[in-house]
Amino acid sequence: MMMDKPLTALIQPDGMPLDIAGYERAGGYQALRKALTMTPEAIIAEVKRSRLRGRGGGGFSTGRKWEAVPTGTDAARQHYLVVNADEMEPGSFKDRLLLEQTPHQMIESVIISAFAIQADIAYIFVRAEYVLSLSRLARAVAEAEARGYLGADILGSGFALTIHVHASGGRYICGESSALLTALEGRRPLPRSRPPRSALSGLWGKPSIVNNVETLCNVPHIVERGADWFLGLSRGADGGTKLYGLSGRVKRPGLWELPLGTSLNEILEEHAGGMQDGYECRAVLPGGASTAFVMNADFDIPMDFTSVQKLGSSLGTGNIMALDNQRCPIGMLRNLEHFFAQESCGFCTPCRDGLPWVERILAAIEAGDGEAEDLDTLARHVSFLNSDGTFCDLAPGAMAPLGSGLKHFRAEFEQHIAEKRCPWHETAESWA
Amino acid sequence: MSIAEQSPGDAPLDAALRDEIAAVARHAEQKRAAGTDALKLVQKRFGYISDRHLAEVAALLEMTPAELDGVATFYNLIFRRPVGRHVILLCDSVACWVMGEAAARAQIRDRLGIKPGETTADGRFTLLPIVCLGHCDHAPAMMVDEDQYGDLDAARLDAILERYR
Ligand SMILES: Cc1cc2nc3c(=O)[nH]c(=O)nc-3n(C[C@H](O)[C@H](O)[C@H](O)COP(=O)(O)O)c2cc1C
Ligand code: SF4
Ligand code: FES
Repeated sequence: MMMDKPLTALIQPDGMPLDIAGYERAGGYQALRKALTMTPEAIIAEVKRSRLRGRGGGGFSTGRKWEAVPTGTDAARQHYLVVNADEMEPGSFKDRLLLEQTPHQMIESVIISAFAIQADIAYIFVRAEYVLSLSRLARAVAEAEARGYLGADILGSGFALTIHVHASGGRYICGESSALLTALEGRRPLPRSRPPRSALSGLWGKPSIVNNVETLCNVPHIVERGADWFLGLSRGADGGTKLYGLSGRVKRPGLWELPLGTSLNEILEEHAGGMQDGYECRAVLPGGASTAFVMNADFDIPMDFTSVQKLGSSLGTGNIMALDNQRCPIGMLRNLEHFFAQESCGFCTPCRDGLPWVERILAAIEAGDGEAEDLDTLARHVSFLNSDGTFCDLAPGAMAPLGSGLKHFRAEFEQHIAEKRCPWHETAESWA
Repeated sequence: MSIAEQSPGDAPLDAALRDEIAAVARHAEQKRAAGTDALKLVQKRFGYISDRHLAEVAALLEMTPAELDGVATFYNLIFRRPVGRHVILLCDSVACWVMGEAAARAQIRDRLGIKPGETTADGRFTLLPIVCLGHCDHAPAMMVDEDQYGDLDAARLDAILERYR
């Protein structure tokens, strides 16, 4: 086993997942056996020391999040662990790989993490379109149940856990952790107000932890190999590897497990093979639609949480999208804001009314009908739709590419408005 | 219109389907939590959720039809109106936009005569836009029913459409 790539080490060349016997032969479920000999507190302490940070976009410390769950014999039961496998952030395709090709790693991760927070029930919330993930997870759960890794008395430890695999009906806001819990309860999935934190009062009012797929898949490896080993995988202060993705006009679009902190340049040039002939990369969205543009002058940055944040963007999902010189940046922003306007849950006015307005203005500018004042109107939206002005992080996320786009593509905005046309217009409907 | 006329959405749910819904409801921690699963079972059979079926499922889950409709209408993939025999979900998010989603959409319009949101006159296809399918490294991407396709180009798109009758 190549242990420098723990998340993907067991991925087979043909993409087929290992069944439970194959997974066990490769060392699977050994971390669970070890975890069950530890105390939940010791597991949380090790995860905290490993500096594992959330891979779902927020980057929150996993160990610290888990610590907030009330423990001890007098603490109220029951507790829930919820896996966020909604993966609907445009440009992101990393969790799909883990769900489809390493389903038993996912299940083992859930059992160990549930033990750490003393959860009785776990849900894996999977986006509707991931039909292969859903069937492979269901099969892995059944196999794990049959082997005694799930159920009433797991491997004779006294610990009990049930896993439910839930298929969503399809809506981006369900990925927001509080809306996800509402969705699981069978209600119209709107985000909830905080406090209370879901670690204290989440699913059906019970203590609940929501974590991303990739985040949790690190846990068995931390338990098995220790926090120091995990810290050593990374090139920066935070531990682990990262599933970096790259899409757009590169020679080899794809997904690679690399040390956390690998530079953007290395991912683009060495792993994705650079841009296709005739294309230049002008900028990227480093971690999905909700992250600010990083311009090509800054491509030497390490792709870790702190470095990308210092540039005014964020690591997000670490799945990078390239904007090339043959696509219009205003058109790209219009596409992004269309997504956010459509997926807004409509609960708060600034987001419900503001995002469609932003989309209309961008469409007008792209069509050659823009006015100079439009840029001020857009900038005003960027300053109002922040986390103070809106109920959840969807709207602030929507403003990340727009705010940075207004800054970095000012000349292109002004050119559209002055010339009353899109300079890239001809390429719009071509296969290229 | 012709599709709506043929639609069996006015017939009551049969006993087998009601049993299946009752089974998912039993498996759930609370009956209403089985809402999306139950609606999907009905949709798998009938293609969409008629008002009548919505009310029947709501009763089985001990919800009001309005409550269940509030859930059903929220989701992009629960259809409250009839659709064609096959549903094309064409990704219109950003990586596919970069890689030629507009070209795919134009080709579907030319071949099938439908725009997003429309159904062919013979009821064969409904075209719907869909958000990022998590297949961006193979953009442009789409699904037809439950099958996923990527790396679309003009020839591949034509060949895929041919598979669905
Ligand atoms: C609109 C919106 C959509 C989100 N979608 C996802 C998602 O699909 N998957 C995910 O893991 N996190 C998503 N998040 C982040 C979650 O709210 C949450 O922070 C995350 O699941 C926590 O897991 P982590 O700490 O392991 O990263 C989304 C957040 C927002 C505001
Ligand atoms: S910011 Fe948008 S998505 Fe979030 S609660 Fe408000 S309306 Fe809903
Ligand atoms: S943007 Fe189309 S699959 Fe991701």
